[in-house]
Amino acid sequence: MSQENESSVHDILTKVDDNTWEVPANFKPGMNVPGRIFVSKTLLDILEKETIDQVANVASLPGIQKYSMAMPDAHLGYGFSIGGVAAFDKHEGVISPGGVGFDINCGVRLIRSNLSEEDVRPKLPELLDALFEAIPSGVGSKSRRKVNDKELDDIFVHGVRWAVENGYGVKGDISHCESNGTMPGADPSKVSIKARKRGRPQIGTLGSGNHFLEVQYVDKIYDEEAAKAFGLKEGQITFMIHCGSRGAGHQICTDHLQVLSQASKKYKITLPDKQLACAPAESEEAQDYFKAMTCAANYAWVNRQVIMHWSREVFDSFFKEEFGDLGLDLVYDVAHNVAKLEKHTIDGEVKEVYVHRKGATRAFPAGHPEVPEDYRNIGQPVIIPGSMGTASYILKGCPAAMELTFGSACHGAGRVMSRKSAKHDLRGEEIQNELKAQGIIVRATQPSLIAEEAPEVYKSSSDVVDVVHNLGIATKVARVLPMGVVKG
Amino acid sequence: MSSDMNKDFEYLEHTADAKFRAYGKTLEEAFQNAALAMLNVMVDTSSVKNSSSVDIELTSPDLDSLLFDWLSEILFVFEVDEMVFGSVRVNELNICDEECSMSATLSGEAMDLSVHVFDTEVKAATYNDMRIEKTDDGWMIQATVDT
Repeated sequence: MSQENESSVHDILTKVDDNTWEVPANFKPGMNVPGRIFVSKTLLDILEKETIDQVANVASLPGIQKYSMAMPDAHLGYGFSIGGVAAFDKHEGVISPGGVGFDINCGVRLIRSNLSEEDVRPKLPELLDALFEAIPSGVGSKSRRKVNDKELDDIFVHGVRWAVENGYGVKGDISHCESNGTMPGADPSKVSIKARKRGRPQIGTLGSGNHFLEVQYVDKIYDEEAAKAFGLKEGQITFMIHCGSRGAGHQICTDHLQVLSQASKKYKITLPDKQLACAPAESEEAQDYFKAMTCAANYAWVNRQVIMHWSREVFDSFFKEEFGDLGLDLVYDVAHNVAKLEKHTIDGEVKEVYVHRKGATRAFPAGHPEVPEDYRNIGQPVIIPGSMGTASYILKGCPAAMELTFGSACHGAGRVMSRKSAKHDLRGEEIQNELKAQGIIVRATQPSLIAEEAPEVYKSSSDVVDVVHNLGIATKVARVLPMGVVKG
Repeated sequence: MSSDMNKDFEYLEHTADAKFRAYGKTLEEAFQNAALAMLNVMVDTSSVKNSSSVDIELTSPDLDSLLFDWLSEILFVFEVDEMVFGSVRVNELNICDEECSMSATLSGEAMDLSVHVFDTEVKAATYNDMRIEKTDDGWMIQATVDT
């Protein structure tokens, strides 16, 4: 980090408390509200100046409430920063695809088991090979289950319910997904033929980039009561799936970004970055996008559900004979690229707002009606994956999230090194061997993909999680460590 | 802005995504090189045989939109037709006040995962920090693609 960049970041921001930094509303012309960046001093020192610019850009959009925010894993994105959170008034505000991103409802789910680390370790290499075989991954991968247009419509509208009704999972999976795996208001007529073509062959595919399936074990419990409610205990095997809406989501965003780009001109909205294209929330253009985005969000939940189902089959084939019922229950599934109409208390008044979370996880506290009944007394499970070689964390949403961040927390570790630099500086095979020495096995279509996602290219997941824990947005429940990773 | 006409395109630093600048003596050539810059994020285009081709025609309301549509269309054809492209030719590009249009031909071959070594997947084109500028010796295009 250059001295120049560090000083400019510190010059711009005003300290609110140890983990909260304000971007003053006069930092850039046109800002309607100040910005709030939730980072510790350590994370502030590696924050890019351009990330602050992106937070300020979002602050200039019409109808934004309270603050334009960035979570502790914030880094440079396109349009919104990654880790960006903003809420817009239902009537006076806007909806922007740039606040959701191309990978609509990219998200992560955690599955627990009755297996222990000792049960799985001896069979781990073969287990990973079988998972790699069962779950199509990488560029150009196609599903074993191609769907027709009617099924695609059902997926868009019914989300996880479609999957469970078609044999991909059990009823209990539904209530353990954010929004029960189905956001209401999806309208498949707002999805283009192009997006349909991309969506039909990709249900149950992992994709590429930072998407993964990871076999893990619970290494530490911080909160006994919450861990018990989430069904987690030390030494237990879990697995995690991280992926989104694939080509369907990418195309839906692409199509509507073009429409909203023209709509921004029509409604005379000044954009500091064209990627922030938006339209008044009540306009036809914005609502059409929202209905299509909802289709993609529901598609993503089905995608993760089908991948989980096939993974359960693999686990069963390895361990069921010996161990009986493996208890492969879904702990929870969270979205981290999505816009939702939610009720929040702002200046003492309950308002409906479109909360945009771009690389941020919802973190609703105990008692909130949207937290599944099983966890209602605890708070929503917040799942924060680390990088390939580092810990992932399970937290619970807390009341401070509603006061500070429109019920949101970080979504991951956050990149510090570009893919280009990673591939230049790091060798995939070497990293694979280093991880192997630590007992972590990686299966990937390409060694270069391992370099791109190496532990070194990410911030420390524990630094990031400590910020949300210390702010009381979401507090630590359990830590899981990786044993094996399947990458696209 | 100084452009480096010795290069067809070059990559810039971006933490999460792929950002590049593409150059050309003409706007057609710059659009061609922008496509190659994006394709080379995914696969080494020099390793692709050009045994078949796909024609693309696009009309967009302005030049930025045309570039966005151009890059988006290539990603769409790549995924749906399951083709890998090694060369790109922009045959014609017209700029009018009301709309911009172009026609182009992509050449390549059917995707074969046992032959083509894929690098980073490009999810989508973006408008982020997009620039299309006339330079002393031609045109410079700057674009960021989501990876």
